[in-house]
Amino acid sequence: MKKELGILILLVALCAVVSVLNPRFLSGANLQNMARLIGAYGVFSIGLGLVIITSGIDLSVGSVFALLGVLLSMMLTQWGWPAAAAVIAVLALTMALGGLHGLLITRVRLQPFIVTLCGLLFYRGLARFIAGDETKGFGNSAGFEGLRDLANGSLFGIPAPFILLVIISLVMWVVLHRSVYGRYLFAVGRNEEAARYCGVNTRLVVTSAYVLSGLLAGIAGIIFAFYTNSVSPSSHGNFFELYGIAAAVLGGCSLRGGEGSIIGILLGTALLQVLQNLVNLLGIPSSLNFAVMGAVILAGVAADQVIKQRAAKTVK
Amino acid sequence: MSGIEKRFPGVHALKGVDLEIGAGEVVALVGENGAGKSTLMKIIGGVYQPDAGSLRVDGHPVVIRSAAEAIRLGIGFIHQELNVLDNLDIAGNVFLGRELRRGGFPGLLDRKRMMAETEASLQRLGLGLPADTPLDRLSIAQRQMVEIARVLSLNARILIMDEPTSSLTQTETARLLALVKELRAQGVGIIYISHRLGEIEEVADRAAVLRDGANVGTLARGEITHDRLVTMMVGRDLNHFYSHHGEGRRPRYFEVSGLRTRRYPHHEVSFEIGAGEILGMAGLVGAGRTELAQAIFGLDGGPPDLRLDGRPLRVGSPRDAIRHGIYLIPEDRRRSGLITESNIRENVSLPALSCYAKAGIVSRERERGAVAGICGRLNVRAPSVEMRVANLSGGNQQKVVLAKWLLLEPKVLIFDEPTRGIDVGAKAEIYELMRNLAEAGAAILMISSDMEEILGVSDRVAVMHEGALTGMLERGECSEDNIMRLAVGKGRK
Repeated sequence: MKKELGILILLVALCAVVSVLNPRFLSGANLQNMARLIGAYGVFSIGLGLVIITSGIDLSVGSVFALLGVLLSMMLTQWGWPAAAAVIAVLALTMALGGLHGLLITRVRLQPFIVTLCGLLFYRGLARFIAGDETKGFGNSAGFEGLRDLANGSLFGIPAPFILLVIISLVMWVVLHRSVYGRYLFAVGRNEEAARYCGVNTRLVVTSAYVLSGLLAGIAGIIFAFYTNSVSPSSHGNFFELYGIAAAVLGGCSLRGGEGSIIGILLGTALLQVLQNLVNLLGIPSSLNFAVMGAVILAGVAADQVIKQRAAKTVK
Repeated sequence: MSGIEKRFPGVHALKGVDLEIGAGEVVALVGENGAGKSTLMKIIGGVYQPDAGSLRVDGHPVVIRSAAEAIRLGIGFIHQELNVLDNLDIAGNVFLGRELRRGGFPGLLDRKRMMAETEASLQRLGLGLPADTPLDRLSIAQRQMVEIARVLSLNARILIMDEPTSSLTQTETARLLALVKELRAQGVGIIYISHRLGEIEEVADRAAVLRDGANVGTLARGEITHDRLVTMMVGRDLNHFYSHHGEGRRPRYFEVSGLRTRRYPHHEVSFEIGAGEILGMAGLVGAGRTELAQAIFGLDGGPPDLRLDGRPLRVGSPRDAIRHGIYLIPEDRRRSGLITESNIRENVSLPALSCYAKAGIVSRERERGAVAGICGRLNVRAPSVEMRVANLSGGNQQKVVLAKWLLLEPKVLIFDEPTRGIDVGAKAEIYELMRNLAEAGAAILMISSDMEEILGVSDRVAVMHEGALTGMLERGECSEDNIMRLAVGKGRK
């Protein structure tokens, strides 16, 4: 809880500073746009958080977005699939890829970093090949307005992705923090061997975390595809896995596993989006975008570590 | 050291402790877990600063702020957990952090000189191994010798050994004790911390006893006896330290037949345990006892051939074993028995979590109630069940492992080294618990390298040697001599 409090304070302070320096930060349009992005990023960051809690990692998310975007465009505009079928196919695919990663990690005992690094390369290449390295889009074709609304619509002025994120977060909060399965996730992340000695099916738990993460990445990927409305297979989703990992880590997930919370991941996601927004609003050259983010994340994580060590010393 | 005081929030860990040690003297430091031994040692090692009191070396007052300063003063530590690097060779370990360099090019290692010096110090310890032997080829005992060699090569005059024999076999222990005497003869002062009171009787010149952070007294060489030590440590007589014995056992309650382990695929092991019986399993380290326990628990490849109450069981994983009421209390608590980062509640409820859940959602009240109940029954000393397990003493940690299984219904319990690193008081509680469980009708397999424990607790003793069951001793036949002969594969008299 304390960990989340720290990042909440950082987030509020950052928002306060930006809104003083540029009141446009608080304008309806800006807040709406930010909420939309927080929604889309938050959904897959939660998935990454689950994987990180099992002491794994998933580097393939961005490439999965490109692959899925390309396929989605082709299904809907070229092959004339109904929207529902395309969504089911895409989500099934991302869950299957997650399951594959999980099996390679738990059965073949490969390291998550390596498995998903290969995924990152492989899916990107596949996406480019399938699309013939051409940008695929949805243009103005009809037949999938529902999906467009999911990405670009609003309900009572609240962007649809944000609403979706709230729902998913509530569900995932219960799953992670109140359910038997959630307890198993933490147990496996903290000490897989001890969890196995307690009769936890650790392979199933780990694999299912990748499948769940795949599902959430699939949902987020659909939103991103329609948010950008065109999918350039070589750049769509680049670095997105790192945003997710950064959000999870900022929010208190330890890369060693066994630590993290939904609230933390949400706050981490929000903080990253506020930072992006700040670069635009404060007239910082957009080329410095990544540098600003890197610096703030580093400062945040370092401060957290220093505070934790202090706390540990006073306790002992 | 005199008048050492240390307070932590909520705990007065040391209440004016005095301890002195002369050159060429072996002082045993004994006390229950939580008596303040580790805190005292951490003050000597510079990890903590005392709140009051002073440390003097050769009569000069000193302040030790770090491990490096302790080394400079000639104080060396041999920790319970080995601090050696498996990926280096012996010389690399001995000179770790202060590698000898060659003149000329800075940063080039002088391997030749390191090898020579290492071999010299190995000789001194009676370990005739080439200095370039990789550590991962050495036994635990040999690795410990390497650690001792490293500490001695730092010119340590005071050596602090914390539970040095806890993972050694009997022969290795004997060799270590001989070494302690040898070092004493060379003028090294040794603080020897151990729960094995027999070793202390053998090797210590004096025994200083701590209880609740204060000195309760010192016994000189002739006065050190098992009983006096125990009485001083716990402040009361432990009358029924070992409470004998199972009666009316129902034979062949749990049967293991033709069990093979991956480590010893050519040996088949078969035995049976009666309901209400404690079967001790003795043997040297590496005899395959832990592998056997793991195989029964579904952790070692193919499903073992097991029968419980006459019915065959299929155990392909710990999940299956647990479903049938077969539980393992593993040898390495921190690695396999506990999730040390989690709290007591989360640890204890883990195997039976679904019992406290409805539709997959855990009811914390029910969970907390059950866990608090069992922890109370087992006398787990902790302010609340929300306390992190990492902060508990060894004995309490072991009780948490036990609590986990006692919340379920144990039919077969396998204890692998149940009291390693646990103080006398908690030991007695654990023995009593085992006996109660047996009396309630469970079959208990107790793997132990502690001869006293094997002889004191078991109803029968099975002995293993290099993967094979070399003997099954009835209560009347159990003697240290018989067990040792079987353990080294010589057969009984």
